[in-house]
Formats: sequence, structure tokens, C-alpha cells
Amino acid sequence: MNPADLAAVAEQERQRQRQLLLRIFLCYSTPCLSAGAQQVRGALEELIRERDLAVRLEIVATGCMGPCSRGPLLRLRRADGDEQIFERVTPELARAILLQALELAPPQVAPLDPDLPFFTRQTRVVLANSGWIDPERLEDSIAHGAYAALAHALHEMTPEEVCAEIKQSGLRGRGGGGYPTGVKWNLVRKAPAERKFVVANGDEGDPGAYMDRTIMESDPHRVLEGMAIAGYAVGAEQGYIYVRGEYPLAASRLAAAIRQAERRGLLGSRILDSNFNFRIDLRIGAGAFVCGEETALMKSIMGRRGQPVPRPPYPAQKGLWGFPTLINNVETYANVGPIISRGAEWFAAMGTGKSRGTKVFALCGEVVNSGLIEVEMGIRLRDIVFEIGGGLPDGGRFKAAQTGGPSGGCIPAQHLDTPVDYESLKELGSIMGSGGLIVMGEGSCMPDVAKFFMDFCMDESCGKCVPCRVGTVEMRRLLGRITDGSATMEDFATLEQLCELVRETSLCGLGMTAPNPVLNTLRYFRDEYLAHIVDRQCPAGVCNLDRIPLLKLPEHAHVLTLFKERTDAGHHPDDQ
Amino acid sequence: MPVITLTINDELVSARSGQSLLEAIRDHGIDLPTLCHLDGLSARGGCRLCLVEVAGSPRLLPACTTEAVEGMVVTTHNERIDRYRRMILELTFAERNHTCAVCVSNGHCELQALAAELGMDRVRYDYLNPDLGLDTSHRLFGVDHNRCLLCLRCVRVCDEVEGAHTWDVAGRGIASRVITDLNRPWGQSESCTECGKCVEVCPTGALFDKGASVGEMEKESRFLRRILDGREKRQWRR
Ligand SMILES: Cc1cc2nc3c(=O)[nH]c(=O)nc-3n(C[C@H](O)[C@H](O)[C@H](O)COP(=O)(O)O)c2cc1C
Ligand code: SF4
Ligand code: SF4
Ligand code: SF4
Ligand code: SF4
Ligand code: FES
Ligand code: FES
Repeated sequence: MNPADLAAVAEQERQRQRQLLLRIFLCYSTPCLSAGAQQVRGALEELIRERDLAVRLEIVATGCMGPCSRGPLLRLRRADGDEQIFERVTPELARAILLQALELAPPQVAPLDPDLPFFTRQTRVVLANSGWIDPERLEDSIAHGAYAALAHALHEMTPEEVCAEIKQSGLRGRGGGGYPTGVKWNLVRKAPAERKFVVANGDEGDPGAYMDRTIMESDPHRVLEGMAIAGYAVGAEQGYIYVRGEYPLAASRLAAAIRQAERRGLLGSRILDSNFNFRIDLRIGAGAFVCGEETALMKSIMGRRGQPVPRPPYPAQKGLWGFPTLINNVETYANVGPIISRGAEWFAAMGTGKSRGTKVFALCGEVVNSGLIEVEMGIRLRDIVFEIGGGLPDGGRFKAAQTGGPSGGCIPAQHLDTPVDYESLKELGSIMGSGGLIVMGEGSCMPDVAKFFMDFCMDESCGKCVPCRVGTVEMRRLLGRITDGSATMEDFATLEQLCELVRETSLCGLGMTAPNPVLNTLRYFRDEYLAHIVDRQCPAGVCNLDRIPLLKLPEHAHVLTLFKERTDAGHHPDDQ
Repeated sequence: MPVITLTINDELVSARSGQSLLEAIRDHGIDLPTLCHLDGLSARGGCRLCLVEVAGSPRLLPACTTEAVEGMVVTTHNERIDRYRRMILELTFAERNHTCAVCVSNGHCELQALAAELGMDRVRYDYLNPDLGLDTSHRLFGVDHNRCLLCLRCVRVCDEVEGAHTWDVAGRGIASRVITDLNRPWGQSESCTECGKCVEVCPTGALFDKGASVGEMEKESRFLRRILDGREKRQWRR
């Protein structure tokens, strides 16, 4: 395939789509599938067969449309451009919706208000096609512009120019660290070596986060295209995409996408009639959070135990099998195509000073609309929670928003007007992270939240280095004591010292950031910790402290308890 | 071999390029505590005792895995680092069972010696005391997981020097433990050559000769360097 063929395929597919009377988009991403999208599809297909409608319409099983908590979602689009979107669609509702759309029955089901801030306040770049295309049909992606940026880069730009464009755009890594992507690409491009590699990090282990999964499930070609452009820019001919084992749908859609792209000459040898060869292989992780860390991920790709190794040397110097390796997050790659197509300036115009473009968040917790959103950087946290998210259910009061998962922290109500960008969040002691955003109401107990994240880090520690392997367990025990009411002020001091130690002396990012949820909740909610320790009270009413004795003694030690009671009552232990 | 210059504890010193920071520091006569490192095995960076401050790096860096480079300014000891080292040792003692008085390595143990040397006089953390058991199925040796500190010297010596790769690690985090073959008893191992290298390099009483009683398990720390020199420098050729 050459660039002209690509344009022809796009036009042909657009023609075909225009001729249909009605297109039914049904969200076929994991959350909607688990809410019953498959049954909805079954009902629709049955109706189509019954009434012999197939020639005039088609069902498009798409990726995520956004408001996942209202799934399954169904969108209708008529030839005249008229659109309606329906929520919580059951098989019965689906039949009614289709019949009313074809004017075979009177209108019964009301569509969702298209002016909901949930839709209007978003800026969809990475997710532009998500919910609009069938991720399993290459032509559909091509009709929406897939591989045009790659064709442009291969035929009109030098690798240097591609790196320069990415650098100029101000794109920063979406995997958590926020490292300038263009700078990283340039490092790999300039590294002298016979072979180089490109890796896409789709491990995404943060609890509650599913941004990368959605991107891979909904628009796999966008990720592959970004990787191919990166390969061209840095001089690599081999790429790996590392997907965690818990994402079978993402993996199978990627595998299918790779096959389709190879068959059409969009990946493989002499891509799009150029001299550039680029293969992509899929690697499936076995579910260890730490394998998202770049050095551990590379060990895992090479078939070794997925444990981090000290940096430097950085992957850009010495990565897979000792060769320079570019490793970026899936969402980072998903931004590449649009930047090359529309230019660095277009991209840089979105966002704030040092945080350009958009960010995808998985909005969850106590909000009316939870789901996947993409917003321009710099949007106020308040707007995310109260406009897009629709506020807290049942008039609940906002207490904090947790960002950045186990490496992050909580942003309290007094900072609701903070613009959401890398710098501002860092200043508040949290981080952008990969994009998990959990909204918490007054009923959340902060030491309990910290305990949850410490539990996670303790379970996910790889065990290589002592501060993380043992430190997280000891911290977890201390937090446990705080939340069950048996902690002393000395325990509290020990906890704070351990936070410092683990942060400063751990080998990789997991250990270094494991204390963050504790440190950050201490910063804003110290009183709550003290209430647990000094007053033995849980202000949020989560911990039930009053039921637990100061010392938890085993049964046989009741003698000691008696002894304690006597001394407490003012008796001297000796005066029997 | 090209020579580089760096500053260690305010003193200008020279080192060979390509040397690790640990080698450069030790060559200069400064004592840096280590547990997972062993001269002759690949560097691991796991015990975190050799952490040093390097000017320009916001993080502490492990000397064993950091290359010495021209112009580096390094601090090996100060109040903060020493405090961290003691805390890390405390964590190591809290992790498993270290009741020295009844240990085969009492008096000859690197962990015990380091604790004394660094002035670790108490453990502030909960003793976790997991019951990990003992494997004495091997004809000559035994492993007491309760004394293991997961330095993985045994894993590396068996893989890198003996070439048997009998040892490995199972589990992760606090549940990590060393295993033989595919987690079969050591005595049933088909790969173990019974060379004894792992026992000799183990810094604690975790690996021992069968029959050793309290305080009897002495290890010969120089033996690894000796056999490696013998191989590399061909000292044994007739
Ligand atoms: C414990 C740990 C887990 C991580 N998990 C992920 C992950 O799941 N996905 C990801 O993209 N990056 C993850 N990272 C960050 C990666 O190490 C790396 O910085 C990132 O993939 C680089 O891509 P970027 O520059 O595009 O952000 C993790 C880091 C740590 C320390
Ligand atoms: S910090 Fe934790 S996860 Fe990272 S290497 Fe050390 S033990 Fe493993
Ligand atoms: S291994 Fe060392 S520190 Fe542990 S009990 Fe034995 S002598 Fe003591
Ligand atoms: S005795 Fe030798 S071969 Fe056997 S486990 Fe130990 S080092 Fe490996
Ligand atoms: S058995 Fe000995 S050498 Fe092996 S990891 Fe444990 S302490 Fe280290
Ligand atoms: S999965 Fe259907 S809307 Fe997100
Ligand atoms: S000796 Fe360097 S970390 Fe163990």
C-alpha cells in the first residue's frame, strides 16, 4: 500500500458509510460488555433479521463512549447526521429504540441530553475515535485518518524533524513521570547502536485506572501508528507492546490490528512504499504491578523475572538486550499521530505552561457520572468533579480527590480550584500519575485510605530491596494499629520516619512513592490521624474504634488484662 | 587503563575508569557496609546498605551498581546515611527470625557483625517472625529460611560461577523466598552439583553444613575470589 492507496481506502469506506440509512454504535468496551452490551447486540441482530433491515443499516461495535457507569451505551447516527445517544440500554429497550428510529413505532425511549457537561466539557484527542469506530476493522480506522500521519512522516519528514515536532509540541509522558517525550526520543535517536527498540507500556496496574486499556481496546491502530512513527524517528525496526494479562480483550484486538496492518503493508517491511521496516510484537504480562516500571518491564520482555534494576544506565542508553530502547506509555503514543498530522503548534495551544495537550482520566468514586474522560490540561479540578462528574451523589459533600494511584495523594476541598496540570498537582503533594481520579466524600477516612494504598504497595512490592519489601509491611502494620485504635504517638513517629526512609532509599519508583499516600494525607488530614491515636475516634465513622481494646491480647493473657484493670483503678499490683 | 578523578568525602582520589563506585571507595580504604554485594558476583543493588550521596543526584545511589565517573563528588558517611543504614538493618532483623544465641552462625555472621559495627542497638519495628521452616533434605547442607535475608548471593554464585542455577526466587514482596530447582526439596535437586559454593557465600546462618551446631558454622569468605582468580588469571595451570 502506498499513501495514495491509503487515501483511496479511506474515501471508499467513507462512501460506504454515507450510503447507510442508519448506523448503530454500540459500546463494546469492557465496562459496557459487563453491563450486557452483548445481549443488546443479540436483540438488535434478531430484530434486524426479523424485519430484513440489514441492507440499510449496520451495527458498529465500538470502544468506550465515556460515561461507563451508564452503560451499556448505544448511539444512533442517521445519514443526515442526526445523532442520539441512549444510556442503560437493555435488550428490550434496544428493540424499542431501533423501531422508533426507523419510525416503525412511536417514540417511547428518550435519548440522553447531548448538552450534558459530561460531553461538552471534554476535549477528545486521544479518544477522538473511541466510540466512533469498530476497532476490529482496519478500514474504519483508515476512514478516520489512521496511518495518514505515518505516511506523512515517512515521506515528507526526516527522523530529526519528527523528533523536533514532538519536542515542540510539549508532549510529556502520560505514564506518570511526565518526562518530555521529544527529549527522550532525541536521546534514543542520537544513541549510537546497530539496533534499537521501541516499547509501548500497556501494563497499567494502578487500581481503578483503565485509560490505557480503553485506548488499546477502542483504537488499537492509533497506538500502533504512534509506535511506528517513533520507530522511524529513533531508528528502530522492532517494537514491543506490553499488555497486562488482565486485559485479554485489549490484547486480542491489538493482535488482530497488528495482523491487519501487516497484511496491508502498514507495518512490516517497506511500510507504505518507503524504506522503513517496522515490526511490532505483543507481549503479555502476568499481572505484576511492578512490571509497569520500565526496567522491570524490559526484564519481563526478555523473559527474566520482572524486577527493577538500578538506573542509570537508562533504557535510552542500554535497554532491551543492551541496546538503546525507547519506552513510552500507550497514551503517550496515542498522541503522536495527531501531533504529526495537525502540527506541534495545534497541540501546544492546548493546556497550560508546561503541561500541553489533554489528559485522559478514569473518573470514579463518589461521583454521579463515573467513566472515562479526556480534558484539556489546566481544567479546574472543581469542573471535573462537579460539572463533568455531576458532583457527589445524594448531595454528598466533597472531601478529597485522590490522583496518581498508589504513587499519588489526595487533594482536599480547599484546593478544588487548582488547575489540573503536572506542576500544580505536584505542588499539592500529589501527582498527575497515569490518570486515576477517585472522588471521596465526607464518609471517607483518610488513614483508612492510606492503609488501602499501603496494602497495595506491600502486595505488589517485588521484594528485591529491603526498605520496600519490609518497610511497606511495617508501615502497613502501623497504619493498621492507627485505624484499629491501638497506636501510640511513638508508633506515629515511627511511621513518619519509615515514610522518609522508604522514599529515600528504595530502588525503584514503587518503593520511592509508596509512602506518598501517607505523607500526603498527613499533610492535609493530620488531625484525623491524631483523632485516631489520641482520642481513639474515627471522625469519618469508618473505623469503629470504640469496640477495640487498647491492647489486643490473646485469650490466655486475660490475667494481664486483669492486672491492667487493677493498676488502672489505682491499686498497686502488690497490694492483693 | 584510563584514570579518572573523583572526590570522596572531600578528598580528591583517582580511580580506574569503568570501576564501580564501591570499588573506588574501597580501594581508597574507606569501609562501606554491604550485604548483597560480593566481589566476583554480578552487582544487585538490593540490600541498600552501600547507598551514598552523589552531588547532583537528588536520590541516594547504591555504590555497588553505580559506575565511578570523572568529577563525581561522593559522600559515603554522614548522619543521614548512617541513620538510614541502621534502620535498614533493623528492618532486616525484623523481617525473619534472628535469634543469634541459637544460630549456627553466631559469631561468624555478616549481618550480626554489621549490626555491631553500625551501632544498631535495637529494633523498633514489629518482629514479623514468619514460620518458614528448614530444609535439611540435602545430603551435605541445609537451608534455614528463617535466617535468610534474600541477598541472593547463593542464586548468583550457583548461576554465575558454578553454572548450575539450582537456586532461584519464588513469590514476591515479603513472601519472596529462595527455592531450589522448581521448588523441590534441595535433596531431590537434579541440578545441584554439591559444590558447596552457595553455603560458603551465604552471609548468614541460612545456608549451613549439616551437623554444624550453634556458633559452629564458619564460612571462608576469601574462597570465591581465590577460585575466580584461579580461573581468570589461570593461576592453576600446570
Ligand atoms: C511501580 C511502577 C509502575 C509503573 N507502571 C506503569 C504502567 O503501568 N504504565 C506506564 O505507562 N508506566 C508505568 N510506570 C512508569 C514507567 O516506568 C515509565 O516511566 C513510563 O512507561 C514511561 O513512559 P512515558 O514517558 O510515556 O510516561 C510505572 C513506574 C513504576 C515505578
Ligand atoms: S522498591 Fe520495591 S518494587 Fe522496587 S525494586 Fe525495591 S522491592 Fe522491588
Ligand atoms: S543469621 Fe546472623 S543475625 Fe541471624 S540469627 Fe544467625 S547469627 Fe544472628
Ligand atoms: S551446592 Fe553448588 S550446585 Fe548446589 S546449589 Fe549450592 S552452589 Fe548450586
Ligand atoms: S540463603 Fe543465604 S545467600 Fe541465599 S539469599 Fe538467603 S541469605 Fe542470601
Ligand atoms: S465502556 Fe461503554 S461507555 Fe465506557
Ligand atoms: S551492596 Fe550495594 S545494595 Fe547491597
